[in-house]
Amino acid sequence: MAAVIEVRDLCHTYSVGTPFEHDAIKHIGFTVEKGEFLGVIGHTGSGKSTLIQHLNGLLKPTSGDVLLSGESIWKDKQTTRRARFRVGLVFQYPEYQLFEDTVFQDIAFGPKNMGLSETEIKQRVFRAAEFAGVKPASLEKSPFDLSGGQKRRVAIAGVIAMEPEIVIFDEPTAGLDPAARKSLLENISAYQKATGATVMMVSHSMDDVALMADRLLVLNEGQIEMLGTPAEIFREAERLQQIGLTVPQVTSLFLRLKELGLPVDPATYTVDAALAQLLRLKGGAAGC
Amino acid sequence: MLKDITLGQYFPGNTVVHRLDPRTKLLMTLLYIVTLFLCKWFVSYGVMLVFLITAVALSRIRPKALLKGLKPLIIIIIFTAVINLFYTEGRVLVEFWIFKITAEGLQNAFFLVLRIMMLVTGTFLLTYTTSPIALTDGLESLLSPLKKIHFPVHELAMMMSIALRFIPTLIEETDKIMSAQKARGADFETGNIFRRAKALIPILVPLFVSAFRRADELATAMECRCYHGGEGRTKLKQLRYHRRDALCLLLGAVLLAGIIVLRHFML
Repeated sequence: MAAVIEVRDLCHTYSVGTPFEHDAIKHIGFTVEKGEFLGVIGHTGSGKSTLIQHLNGLLKPTSGDVLLSGESIWKDKQTTRRARFRVGLVFQYPEYQLFEDTVFQDIAFGPKNMGLSETEIKQRVFRAAEFAGVKPASLEKSPFDLSGGQKRRVAIAGVIAMEPEIVIFDEPTAGLDPAARKSLLENISAYQKATGATVMMVSHSMDDVALMADRLLVLNEGQIEMLGTPAEIFREAERLQQIGLTVPQVTSLFLRLKELGLPVDPATYTVDAALAQLLRLKGGAAGC
Repeated sequence: MLKDITLGQYFPGNTVVHRLDPRTKLLMTLLYIVTLFLCKWFVSYGVMLVFLITAVALSRIRPKALLKGLKPLIIIIIFTAVINLFYTEGRVLVEFWIFKITAEGLQNAFFLVLRIMMLVTGTFLLTYTTSPIALTDGLESLLSPLKKIHFPVHELAMMMSIALRFIPTLIEETDKIMSAQKARGADFETGNIFRRAKALIPILVPLFVSAFRRADELATAMECRCYHGGEGRTKLKQLRYHRRDALCLLLGAVLLAGIIVLRHFML
């Protein structure tokens, strides 16, 4: 598999030359494979948001480089602009960016900026609305009349409609109720399966990313603390707790079981794997 | 770009200027402005300049920060200078085509530019050394006699402090919305003036929506804490005059009197 994103020794310093100067991210380097689902986790202020804003060229690195399919996004102006469309970025609370008269027009804003034809725009809007779970009946409504959850879906559709190769979600489920949260995550999963897009998701919820991500990137104070599969990451629960992060609920249960002396794998993070182990334990106990 | 706005910015400190009662500082600023407009000639401006520089030095505010505040006014300053330079009647120094520069024009332009710059620097010194809360408290206290004629002094002060409080929040919000729209390919930098104005819609609409939402939330929060206007409201920090305030105001009065005398001698 080819690396679709390559981040090379990236640094970003805010407010250079003022008393407020500080390094948000320091010497970060990693690659993301095509079609991968990468979860990004970290404490508040660990540089997650700064990092993802570099990937589509919204922020210019103080030093270092970002490469999309092997080409620097800062090569020239056109390349930078193209990067905006190749990497779709869904910000935190994206519903606050809605502005058009109708939902349809708002979703069409991105494709219109790409200079696509009317028919192409129309097709994309319908496709994106379906992926994001926007009700077709809402398309002609004002986005301001929708519920909070529906607004967020409209905003997500607005990014998906540009059909980017890479979609980055910054805390997509923040402030949603459990049902809306589950259904939105399912939509994201289904979207990735259907289009084969590369997805990055920033989240505070370990449970969310644990289930969906192929790999996890753990940031701490602007640097990469860990990078690996969820099983690898959650094996180091202590290290996670030291930097102010938790492990998924299932993992914390299994850590406790391990502490109590039961022969279980503490890096368990899915309900299915947990169930299998518990059944084996029960079977073993019954055998005694 | 938006981060350069210095309006209402406050640099915390613990100098004499910082410690002065906000009412004193407000009155002094007012006195300073009036006095500045009475200045006629180099001597008066010189006296005022010495006063300003002393105040700045005492406040330990970096002169660079004050000069930065002048930056947005460059166009107004140049415009004023040019108008005065060409449109003042008097002794002609240079003449070309339809323009003529007079000695009086040169002098007017110079003094006006000096006056604007000193005016802005002086008032910036007030906001740089006084926290917005102290400033509105001072204003409320100074205007309180107007309550007798049912002028809503407290409400005005509250509105002012809320407005000042939300400037940084709204700037941050604007930055966020701009990034979000840029991520959808919005282009704010190219095109003619009409295209650029149109490009602002995707920023302004969400900004207004969120400002109204915030206002609504704030009003609810204030009501939940039983806010019911200024009637019978007490303060945690009572304003109290000290000796330094009396000295400062005395200095202001002397300055004003001095400039009036100098004006009489056309200095």
